[in-house]
Amino acid sequence: MYRYDEFDHAFVRERVAEFKDQVERRLAGALSEDEFRPLRLRNGLYLQLHAYMLRIAIPYGVLSPKQLRQLAMIGRKWDRGYGHFTTRQNLQFNWVKLVDIPDVLAALAEVEMHCIQTSGNCVRNVTADPFAGAANDELEDPRPWCEILRQWSTYHPEFSWLPRKFKIAISGAAEDRAAIAFHDIGLKIVRGPDAENGFRVFVGGGMGRTPYVGQEIRAFLPKEHLLSYIESILRVYNLHGRRDNIHKARIKILVNQLGIDKFREDVEADWEATHKDAIDLPGDERRRIMSYFAPPELPARPIRDERLDQRRETDPVFANWLKHNVRPHRVPGYSTVVVSLKEPGRTPGDASSDAMELVADLAERFSRSEARVNYTQNLILPHVNTSDVTSLYDILAMHGLATGNHDLLGDMICCPGLDYCNLANARSIPIAKEIAKRFEDPKRQELIGPLRLNMSGCINACGHHHSGNIGILGVDKKGTELYQISLGGSPKDDAAIGSIVGPGFRAEAVPQAIDTIIGTYLAKRSDGETFLDTWRRVGAQPFKEALYGAA
Amino acid sequence: MPNVVTANRLTDGIVVYLAPDGSWTEEIARAHFAETEDETQAIEAEAEKAVKQRIVVGVYPMPVELNDGTVDPLSVRERIRAAHRTTLTKDWYDVPL
Repeated sequence: MYRYDEFDHAFVRERVAEFKDQVERRLAGALSEDEFRPLRLRNGLYLQLHAYMLRIAIPYGVLSPKQLRQLAMIGRKWDRGYGHFTTRQNLQFNWVKLVDIPDVLAALAEVEMHCIQTSGNCVRNVTADPFAGAANDELEDPRPWCEILRQWSTYHPEFSWLPRKFKIAISGAAEDRAAIAFHDIGLKIVRGPDAENGFRVFVGGGMGRTPYVGQEIRAFLPKEHLLSYIESILRVYNLHGRRDNIHKARIKILVNQLGIDKFREDVEADWEATHKDAIDLPGDERRRIMSYFAPPELPARPIRDERLDQRRETDPVFANWLKHNVRPHRVPGYSTVVVSLKEPGRTPGDASSDAMELVADLAERFSRSEARVNYTQNLILPHVNTSDVTSLYDILAMHGLATGNHDLLGDMICCPGLDYCNLANARSIPIAKEIAKRFEDPKRQELIGPLRLNMSGCINACGHHHSGNIGILGVDKKGTELYQISLGGSPKDDAAIGSIVGPGFRAEAVPQAIDTIIGTYLAKRSDGETFLDTWRRVGAQPFKEALYGAA
Repeated sequence: MPNVVTANRLTDGIVVYLAPDGSWTEEIARAHFAETEDETQAIEAEAEKAVKQRIVVGVYPMPVELNDGTVDPLSVRERIRAAHRTTLTKDWYDVPL
């Protein structure tokens, strides 16, 4: 992974010192809350319902054991012993004190972490395929490009005060595991006409109040022009994006008002007029950054493991976990293991300090000292010897981290909702827990098959409800929490926004409504169909009838 | 219906309520319950002084119901704030908090 050089270290330390001074001035009265708020937000510090919340960037979801241990230490020393992994591959602490923040930031800087640009109208943490560098369907590792974008965008003077926040995601694999269609810019590494890799560029995707699927602005961008082309997109947005209405300020609104063709024309004109070569990264610097992401040495190993094969035959719970949470690796004899943070009864995405330390140990012992976090709020050990998978499973299972539900109904995305968040209108965590309880039986989830269930506690859609095959949105209706259900969304290559199926449900009726939807799907599906396949074939009517009776 | 004034404490963000003696308490039961609109405005003005003194941030009044010695904020949001914790999963819809 990338390692800070002297410049990076000095840069982050200066920022810590600067914010320490700002906190001291706030406490001493030199800064009012109105003056301090934009400064703290620039450092990832929010004031939520119960306390301050600190959002820590995990660049493109990559974590070293040392970093995980430091996060565990911070959680224990300055918070309540746990953190929440988010849908932006970040980590949030929910109970930190303002007076402790300078110490927390200094502790983060020690392990090359920070909270810069985790909030504010700037380019946010660039997210990526969590299986990058390990997946067997990958064309090219996206992480060096994420790092290049991170360095380029940090403190970028032209793009520090955009009309609104700006999110970029990159995938280098056949399967989209980064929801690139729902980002301001989505990049997919593809093979070009001359067998060279480059980027397919999507723009204007997003969720929130006005969801859009990103549209293709360029079918193929040579890699060396990534920075100059993205600069041109951002420049057109920065000039023409709306600043008079916060709800219309994201690039998706501009792209859809102008139309993709006109937007493309403007971007291409800017790109031609600017000096591409002066902006694009020199080859030497690109190679320097690439070198940090050289794959670990993984000599080919036997594909079959006798112990694993035996266990699969005799232990159905293990077999289920193996099927869903263990993925093939690009190198024969290795596996990528998804460490589930979705045990029924637990808050999705929460990890205790103990769990973080355990995963740090396991990453060292089994995964070449690498760990990842994915946007669906689980941890990942990317490079595990297949012959170690059973040993790893036994340890994870002892600690409640081996629920075999990856990409099944139980693997719900869930935002913090009204249990923590100042913006929320309704709770999401208790609903997720109740649904998890109802569908706890792994056999039932297996029968249902791949299903993305996403839940948000407000219209801002941190819980990605628009892209859920089943989406749940909590709203406030005259002081009562009410939940709207939408069906048919997809975060993958066939990206789609779900449609609201009908009137909302009171909290206590939501688990039964989900059950009714699942029952309808199971009754209607043809052989081999997923939930999404059946939905696309039969449409909304059978689901409406099941939920609300015949019209 | 009485009102209380709530805010978050500056140093740690914890939810607090203005008490009758002008101090800030974490316990809603010990808050100053303003019975009239004038009284609500008066305690709000007092609370704003604490903002200037850097004791609290984000002051606002909100209505509560007093039932047999317990204090119940009207909104779910304020019930969660008053509880100082996230909600439990067990029987969560029968027991609001």
